[in-house]
Amino acid sequence: MPTLEEVIKKEGYSVIGHPVPKQDAWVKVTGEAKFADDLYFPGMLYGKLLRSPHPHAKILHIDTSRAEKLAGVRQVITAKDFPGVKYGNFAHTRDYLPLAADRVRYIGEEVAAVAAVDLDTAEEALDLIEVEYEVLPAVFDSEEAMQPDAPQLYDHVANNVAAESHFEFGDVEKGFAESDHVREDTFETQPMKHAMLEPHACVGLWEVTGDVTLWSCKSSPYVVWRHLAMGLDIDPGKIRVVQTYIGGSFSGGKQEAMPMDFCAVMLSKKAGRTVKIVHNMDEVLTIGHMRHPMKLWLKTGVKKDGTLIAQHCKIVANGGAHSSIGQLSIFLPGLGLNLPYRVPNVKFDAYRTYTNNGFAGALRSHTQPQICFARESQLEMIAEELELDPVDIRLKNVRQGGEVTPSGFRLETFGITEGIEKVVSASGWREKYKKLPRGRGIGMAASGMISGARLMSHSASSAEIRVREDGTVTLMTGSTDAGQGADTVLSMIAAEVLGVRTEDVLYAMVDSNVTPLDPGTFSSRVTLWTGNAVKRAAEDARKPLEEVASKKLQVDSKDLVFRDRRVFVRNQPGKGLDLAQVVRMVQNRLGHPVVGRGSYSSGDDPIAVRGGHGNVSPAYSASAVVVEVEVDLETGLVTLVGVWAASDCGFPLNPMLVAGQAMGAFTMSMGQALYENLIRIDGKVMNASFRDYKIPLILDLPKVENVKLFDVITQDSNGPFGAKEAGQGPGDGVIGAIANAVCNATGARIKSLPISPDRVLFALQKGSA
Amino acid sequence: MKNRVAVSLKVNGELFELFIPPWQLLLDCLRDDLGLTGAKRCCIEGQCGACTVLIDGMPVNACLYLAIEAQGKEILTIEGFGKNGELHPIQRAFVERGAVQCGFCTPGLVVATKALLDSTPKPSEDDVRIALSGHLCRCGCYGQITDAVLEAAQVMTQKAP
Repeated sequence: MPTLEEVIKKEGYSVIGHPVPKQDAWVKVTGEAKFADDLYFPGMLYGKLLRSPHPHAKILHIDTSRAEKLAGVRQVITAKDFPGVKYGNFAHTRDYLPLAADRVRYIGEEVAAVAAVDLDTAEEALDLIEVEYEVLPAVFDSEEAMQPDAPQLYDHVANNVAAESHFEFGDVEKGFAESDHVREDTFETQPMKHAMLEPHACVGLWEVTGDVTLWSCKSSPYVVWRHLAMGLDIDPGKIRVVQTYIGGSFSGGKQEAMPMDFCAVMLSKKAGRTVKIVHNMDEVLTIGHMRHPMKLWLKTGVKKDGTLIAQHCKIVANGGAHSSIGQLSIFLPGLGLNLPYRVPNVKFDAYRTYTNNGFAGALRSHTQPQICFARESQLEMIAEELELDPVDIRLKNVRQGGEVTPSGFRLETFGITEGIEKVVSASGWREKYKKLPRGRGIGMAASGMISGARLMSHSASSAEIRVREDGTVTLMTGSTDAGQGADTVLSMIAAEVLGVRTEDVLYAMVDSNVTPLDPGTFSSRVTLWTGNAVKRAAEDARKPLEEVASKKLQVDSKDLVFRDRRVFVRNQPGKGLDLAQVVRMVQNRLGHPVVGRGSYSSGDDPIAVRGGHGNVSPAYSASAVVVEVEVDLETGLVTLVGVWAASDCGFPLNPMLVAGQAMGAFTMSMGQALYENLIRIDGKVMNASFRDYKIPLILDLPKVENVKLFDVITQDSNGPFGAKEAGQGPGDGVIGAIANAVCNATGARIKSLPISPDRVLFALQKGSA
Repeated sequence: MKNRVAVSLKVNGELFELFIPPWQLLLDCLRDDLGLTGAKRCCIEGQCGACTVLIDGMPVNACLYLAIEAQGKEILTIEGFGKNGELHPIQRAFVERGAVQCGFCTPGLVVATKALLDSTPKPSEDDVRIALSGHLCRCGCYGQITDAVLEAAQVMTQKAP
């Protein structure tokens, strides 16, 4: 495997592969970056939403008259102000309304909205709205919800099954029959929130002309654009979604239109002013969008030597009151079973239920951490029973580049073996495993991840580039930077092709009136999909420059090099022109604007969410992680003392940002493994505050010298400059690795998350939990 | 305009005369009345640190502090860092060490770092971890943040005579 430096030298990269700071870091450290709540307009009103106090109830009557009479209140709206058209992601699972019409299905569901001259007045007005409810029986547990006599959330859905997914590749029954050893386990995962620090926020404007503008921190603005058009029942051409800086997204509410977005524009329509709505943190933590809590049953058959033969997984996921992206959520964990191990027979049966809870959707690495936790925990138990080393059983079964999985994934590259070997050697695994004192333990996990799913009807990305007369470049895509570094990596791709520096590229934020249409920022798709589009756009923009430069320098355009803001003859850097000079020749003299367009779709047909066979993504990343933990045997508290993580992101276009993503993904999964849990009693969230919903702090991470990250370089030809995803895969195995380390330290096998002190103590007493 | 009181606040060396409700949070006053939006509105209960400002050199959660309490005191916000187009060394270190992702927690962290380095010019890693333990970073850049603070400390102590 080549090193980073070897690749940079061999390929002659001047920009790619170099660690440069994030483009927008400068405007963020000064506090000048405008997030959605930082926008103020003259005469702007402040909006607030009235929420249901009941988990399940009929709305009999809403009286807004007292609220309307309060001084300073400008408008009050209810479902009657909207056209009553449902919106959502998939046609057959659309179940959202901008405001609840005749029924509420969870505590926190939006019922009415107010716009007032200030926030205090808006909040006071909420108390004056009178809603008459008829409380209905509610159901909170997934399995109870599927019983025939359970309260039904939707009239058109039987047994509260919001979505299901079933497929089989190979023949699992035959596989189990051929296995020497079969093991079954059940695992449970908890509701986890995105807990991005920036609450959802938006400003809406509905002009008298009928033009509607939403300024918001949306990571997938075109999804919002479509949702708004659906729920408002107006032509999408009348809607403009303008992205602000995004203070963390991790999918969820910044991925879709939310009731607040509809209400901001509708209140604006009626009040004739801009209206800002910002969620309080207790609203953020109470309302929908969270990681699906799951019950996972996993049955695995192996040969005596540890060779995996068959795996059958059943999942029941608690989807809450709405579908969100749930049809996809219940499909993806099954696909995840095909990576990273070579299992010839795989079967998957999963149900996502409606319950009277806040609803679940996508969260960083959409459902993969749950399935990896189950699989990596069970694999370790199997290794123990077969008296195999956890490293050896993984190395025996992992896939290699060039393989095709039973589900049809084509892995051009898959650097998992190298990743495992790196973390095993760096962590001193062989010296530590089963050799550490009681209370101290080491654990590992491996995982694979897609680089953008080809599942939606719209999966292609496009980019537009303009080279200005001073040689600087403006780059427009429909992809957003939510902090992950898209602004920088996409700029670097353009810079490398056009021979300019990263800082010469101005990366535009999304404005649906101007920037190219794009599916959005999710599914680890941006670097590969949008990156390929940017590369093509830059190559397109370079063409007229090549034409003129080759005439001027009297060489074939193939012998031109674009580098360091110059165009010169290969191997003769002295013989050349300034890039800006060439741009002026093309643009100002010949009259051709130097623009480029590029787009990328993987070329394969999209995969149906039902059935699921096919190459779901152009490329697949691989990750391996080892963690060392200290378990306090008296209190049950788990402390991380060391992390060794390796990821095959193809080629790190910017190693500094790749490291940031790897640690970010690790830290988020660590939060789910050890601390985070949205506690709900009869649908009421009991810990809707950062006081009680605990996310990792700086003190929870090991010291800097005890965290080691490695890049495995495989240069996948499907990605721009060989790159695959880097932002989600590194977190997938972390929960399993921590669970394995805790077991290694104490003998206690924890199968329910989080691995909190009470669970650890209980498990220590019982021997397992 | 009943229920409003006259206050004067000194923010980043400038004096502001305001007429505000006595219960107004310093955070809302800075953001809504003075247009200083660098301190972020997040948890409003002192858990996340995103609204941190310095009051007479001490880091304070502006969401737990009334504006009227800050009269007669020196308030420093992120907008008071960096002069004449030059970043403060702490800001530069945050940029260069990759300590910024979404950037929502960043202004609060930069401000809190100044308080740490003013009192402890050569902090240990433990000093940094303890000083910043009241700040949440959901992007998970804690390692890079630690690197940045230690680097800023080094740069600033080298510059000092």
